[in-house]
This record gives sequence, C-alpha cells and structure tokens, in this order.
Amino acid sequence: MKKYGKFGALVVVIVGTILWLATTGVGESKAYYKTIEEVGKMGGDVHTKRLRVAGDVEKGSIVRKVNIVEFTLEQEHRKLKVVYSGTDPLPDTFRDGAQALADGKMGADGVFHANKIQAKCASKYEAKPGQKSGEPQSYPKQVS
Amino acid sequence: MENIGSLAILLAFCFALYAIAGSVAGKLKQRPFLVLSAQRAVYVVWFLVTVAAGIMVHAFVTDDFSFAYVASHSNRSMPTQYKVSALWGGQEGSLLFWSWLLSCYGMVAVFMNRRRHREFMPYTAAIIMSVQTFFLILNAFVVSPFKMLAVGALITAVPDGTGLHPSLQYPAMAIHPPMLYLGFVGFTIPFAFAMGSLITRQPGEAWIATTRRWTIVTWLFQSCGVALGAAWAYDALGWGGYWAWDPVENASLLPWFSATAFLHSVMMQEKKGMMKVWNMVLIASTFFLCIFGTSLTRTGLVSSVHAFAQSTIGNYFVTFLAVGIAATVYLILDRLPYLRSEAQLESVVSRESSFLFNNLILLASSFAVLWGTLFPIISEAVSGEKISLDASWFNRLMIPIGLFLLFLTGVGPLFAWRRTSVESLRRNFMMPGIASVLLVGALMAAGMRHFYALISFGFCLFVALTIFSEFYKGARAISAKNQMNFLAATVELTHRNTRRYGGYLIHMGIVLVFIGCSGAAFNRDITAEVGIGSSIALSPYTLKVADLKEGDNGNYLWHYAEVEVFRDGKHIDTLKPERRFYKANRTPLGQVAIRRRLNHDLYINFAASENQKATVQVYIFPLVNWIWIGVLVLVFGTLVALVPSKVKMQYARTEIVGIGKKYATVEN
Repeated sequence: MKKYGKFGALVVVIVGTILWLATTGVGESKAYYKTIEEVGKMGGDVHTKRLRVAGDVEKGSIVRKVNIVEFTLEQEHRKLKVVYSGTDPLPDTFRDGAQALADGKMGADGVFHANKIQAKCASKYEAKPGQKSGEPQSYPKQVS
Repeated sequence: MENIGSLAILLAFCFALYAIAGSVAGKLKQRPFLVLSAQRAVYVVWFLVTVAAGIMVHAFVTDDFSFAYVASHSNRSMPTQYKVSALWGGQEGSLLFWSWLLSCYGMVAVFMNRRRHREFMPYTAAIIMSVQTFFLILNAFVVSPFKMLAVGALITAVPDGTGLHPSLQYPAMAIHPPMLYLGFVGFTIPFAFAMGSLITRQPGEAWIATTRRWTIVTWLFQSCGVALGAAWAYDALGWGGYWAWDPVENASLLPWFSATAFLHSVMMQEKKGMMKVWNMVLIASTFFLCIFGTSLTRTGLVSSVHAFAQSTIGNYFVTFLAVGIAATVYLILDRLPYLRSEAQLESVVSRESSFLFNNLILLASSFAVLWGTLFPIISEAVSGEKISLDASWFNRLMIPIGLFLLFLTGVGPLFAWRRTSVESLRRNFMMPGIASVLLVGALMAAGMRHFYALISFGFCLFVALTIFSEFYKGARAISAKNQMNFLAATVELTHRNTRRYGGYLIHMGIVLVFIGCSGAAFNRDITAEVGIGSSIALSPYTLKVADLKEGDNGNYLWHYAEVEVFRDGKHIDTLKPERRFYKANRTPLGQVAIRRRLNHDLYINFAASENQKATVQVYIFPLVNWIWIGVLVLVFGTLVALVPSKVKMQYARTEIVGIGKKYATVEN
C-alpha cells in the first residue's frame, strides 16, 4: 500500500498546486461585465474593480492622439467617455458605430480608462433568429 | 438547384435514420441483410450530402447570388479559391461542411470494416449515423443553407454579394477551418468504435487497434488546425500574438488535450491491459469536447472576438450533448465489470506512472481551460455577476502546467515499464541533467532573469538531449551490428518501430514549440507616427520610411509604407506594411510586413494613416519561428508514426491476467 500512498501524495500535490494557481490568479485577472447603467450605480467600488463595458461607439466620437484614443460608448441612450491607452493596436473592426467592449477601470475623473478594446464589426448584419430579413437587425456578422 | 439541395439533405436525413434502425434491428434480430442494407444506406447518405455540398460550392463558384448564403458570404471580385472557402465562412455552410465531412468519414469507416468486426460494427455504424442525423436535422430544419433571396422575373437587381470577411481572405485561414473540422469530426469514428465495443461487451482491444490510425490522423489534423489558427492570428491580426486564450481558441484546444491524453493512455491498455475505463472516458470526452467546441464557435455561448451570429441552435447542441453524455456515462458504468484492469501499478518511478501523470496533467489542463472559458457563465449562475478571466489567468495557470508536461515528455519515455532502477535513472539522466543546469547557469550569467523562460530553456535542452540519446543509442547498436553508416542506421531504427521513434520526433516538435513560445518573454515594441523620411529606432534596427503610397484594385483600396531596414548603418531589407480597405463589406484590414529570421522576427504593422502621416507599430518577436518549425517537425513525426513498422510487432503483455486473451507475441 505504500506506493499508493506515494501516488496519492503526488496527485494531491499536483492537483493542489493547480488549484492554488487557479484560485489565487482570479483576483488579478477577473473583470466584471457591466452595462453603462450599472457602472453609474456602482458607487465607491467603481474605481477599484476591473470592468468590462460594452456598447456602440458613438458616431464621430473617435479622436486619435499619438498614444491614446478617445471615444464615447453608447448603450440605451447612456454614454460613457473612454480613453484607450493600451499598447496593442486597436482592432480593424473598431470604428464609428461598431460594437465595442472596453476593458479597464473607471478613473477618478469620470472617464473610463481602458487598456484593452474588443470590437465587432457592425457594417454587416445577419438577421436575428426569428426576425425577417426586412426588419431592423441588431446582431453583428461573424468574424471567423 | 436549391430544391435538389434541400431534397438531398432531407433524403439524407431519412437514410441516416434508416441506417440507425436497420443496423440495430438487423443486429438484434440476427438479420444480416438488414445490416447490409443499413451499411449501404451509409453510402447513400454520403452521396446525398455530397450532392448538397456540391450544389452549394457550384453556387459559390458561379456567383449565384440568389442563394442568400452565397450573397452574404461571397463576392464577384473574390478569387476562386476564397469563393470555395466561403462555404465554411458562415454558420449554415460550415454546418453543412461538418455534415459532409462526417458522411465521408462514416462511409470510409464502414467500408473499410465491412467484413471485419461483425459483432460491433452495426452499433458503430448506428452511432456514427446518430451523430450524422443530429447534424442533418440542423442542416435540414434549423439553419438550412439553401435559403433563397426573392429573385424573379420582375426583380432583376441581384446584388454583387457582400463578400467573405476580408480577414478570412487569407491562405492559412482558407484551410484552417477544414483542418480543425477534420480533426473535430474525425473523433466521431473512434468514439463510435469504442461505444460499439462497449455495447457488445467486447473483451479485447479490437476497437483501439482498428482506430489507431484514425486517431493519429485526426489528431494530426487537429494539431495542424490549431497551429494554422495561431499562424493566421500572428500574420493577420497586427499585434503579433498567436494565442490569446479566446473562448474559440480554447474550444479548439480542449479536445486536443484530451486526444493527446488518449493517444498516450491507449499504450497502457495495449501493453498492460490497464486504464480501460479511463480510455473510454477519454475518447468520450474528446468526442463531446469536439461537439462542445463546435457549439461554442457556432452559437455565441461565450462572447468572443470570433463573434458569431446569435442563434437558436445552441439549444439543439445542449440537448445533443446532454443526451449523448448521459447515455455514455450510463453505458460505461453499466459495463464496468468488463473494463477491469489486468495489471497494477508497481512503482511511482515507472513508465506506467509517467503515463498516469501525463494523463492527469493533460486532463487538468483541459479542465482548467474549460473552467476559465466558461467562467462568465459559471460566475453569473453562482453569484449573479458576470466575471470574465483574461489571458493573464490562463498564462499564470497554463505556463507551469505546460512546463511540467514538458519535463514529463523528457523523463517519461526513459522510465522502464513496471519500475526503474536508481542505476538506470542515473545512467539516463545524468548527462542531460548536468547539461541543462549548465545552460541555465550560462543564461543567467548572460543576464537572463525571466524565471519561466530559464526553466523552459533548461527543460527544452533536457528533453532534446534525452531524445537524441535514444536515437543515438539505438542507431549505434544497429550500425555496429549491421556495418551500416550512422545515418542509415538511424533510418533503419526508426523504421523498425515507427510508432516509438515517430513519437520521439513529435516530442522534439513540442520542444521546439516551447522554445518558440519562451521567446515571447523577450518581446519588444515601439509605436510611432511617421512621415516620409522619418525614422524609428528599435535595437538592433533603424527603420526609415522611404515612401507612402496608395491605390485601388477593385476588391480593395490600399495604402502602404515602404520601410527601409538598417542594421549597424547597413541597408539590409525593405518592408512594405500595408493597410487595405475592402469595398464589398467596407472593412479595413492591416497587412503586416514581417522579416522572418531564426533568432527573431521584425514585425511592422501599418496601424493608421492620415495626411501623409502613418502610425506604425514595430515589434521584435524573439524565437517565434521555432513554433512553426516545431509544428512542421510534429507533422513529420506523426507521418513517421503512421508508416507501418518494419518489424511486425504486437505489444507484449508483460503480465497476462484474466481470460480471453489473444496469444501475444513477445517482440519489443
């Protein structure tokens, strides 16, 4: 039985290490999905938690400066000013009217500081299930 | 045409149902004719699905935009090869393509075994056809690719087609989905064999022996699919990453992990009759993870950069998965007595235990990635808050796991079966161990401080040396005995046991991939706004923008920058990063310029341009090419493993306990 004890110990060590890595890693890399409305209601928490906010890029709001890009996200008539200062280039799909997902923290200045942007191209629509092709469509086309 | 297509799908659906019913009834009632006719129904299904897929491809190639699917995924000005690949550019087409691949696999599997395994083949065919039926239901009733636009005598304006998304108009991307699909769909076959064998309570390992090549080939497709996806991301997306732990990327990795575990653990069953339940579990998980991966990419369950249209097919997939998993679990539990192990583990330091840990790690990886991918859904269900985990979480977890796996790759094959003596451990590991420690010391002396990179390089050398020594020892023995030169002896050695030495080559490929990935610890980049004549410095290079040009070629508008590359004051190259604007779907797309070298890549992305000024991002990616070289070595190794061994061998059973065993020839 001694060898099974050794086995058990090794398995426990391995699985334990993995669990430890998995649980302690969550704190630093988790981000909360919030709507713009929810962001407004979050109170004090808003500056400490990492957030992911989705919305449409307001037409004409994109201002590109040397190392940052400013734009406004819009969702159900609520707006959120965003400053992007990440190092990765913005995706090609990011432009006026695109659906974008900003990942970052709310600054004390009331502006959302994003370090990652994902965008879905909104130029092509595919009918939402149950919708006929003539009706307004709101879902973006696949990218791959 | 579209009516024939729809009809073909519908008929295929009926024939698939008949094949299921015929096989099962024929087997239960002992009616060989019924089984035979069910077999032929499988061929008919293939023919009908081929007709349907052929009609679709024909519509693409002839620009028949009255097909709604063609109109939204193709464009008159697209090159023909992309028109064909547009078949799998969207949901309806890719599901049709899935169906077609499955019908091909099913036909080949049934045909090749038409005179073998009479006991369980009817069930195998029935299971393949059940999966086929599921996909045909989607093709016929849920997301039919044969929807037409209203084009008639009175309506003459047929649109030109909105085009395949430009980022997909790229060679690697044209073959990446089929590769991955071949890898996904292919696991249906070993799964069906496993279940067939389980249903009929087969005592032996016939299903493993029969599906060995299937599994390896399918695994190869899957590996290529994953690698092509990574290569495409690196070449096309403009930030030089090849892996971002995006849900859809993860979906392709999950079954790869469990399939890799399966490939290793079947050796335990073949050689020692151990891990029978485990292998059933692994092949079933691989199959269901393939289906899950397909559903993840096709239903938008988790938000992803690969944003697919939301649709109702998610429910169909969930139902299929639930029923399938429940049936499999029941079957395995019910047949447990037939899956009893024939041998026991004897030592922690043995080949058996290294396989066990390899399996544990691979499965843990699979589970961890699945957990991270589904975390938004899980957290929303538990706490009501949707929380996502980003790449840093995956890296934190997967880098140590990967390194441990790399270490096992080195030590596992050198452990003896049953138990390994201290003496042989020292003989095998002394030299590689010392060399690795020296390498790590040298790298640290040279100023490298990145912990994981140091560990990774150390392990890479260790594993590479153990592989070399295996080849060296074997080849030296052969060359001494047969008076051959060393190279010929190496080939002879490999040919004698292709599975073993092919496996070593695959391990070597993995080592190279790890070397390439470790280079990412030393990536550097710079972003600058430049005009004609200005220059950017990123050591060891100085880049000078010689010209900015623009133009139009029908399919897209383009801008490009001519960047001259200087090193130590000498002009060594000219790169042309480009930015395109595709007209059909009004989408911009960057075309990066890469100067590929073995030590590092110089990677330039043309990010934006305005008034004769361009924003350019320059990156240096050390060692990244070794990833692609490693994949090529892996492919080569897999092909070697597929060559029949010169010395016909059956795995020797070292300990034969139990009943109903074949007489094993001892030759290893």
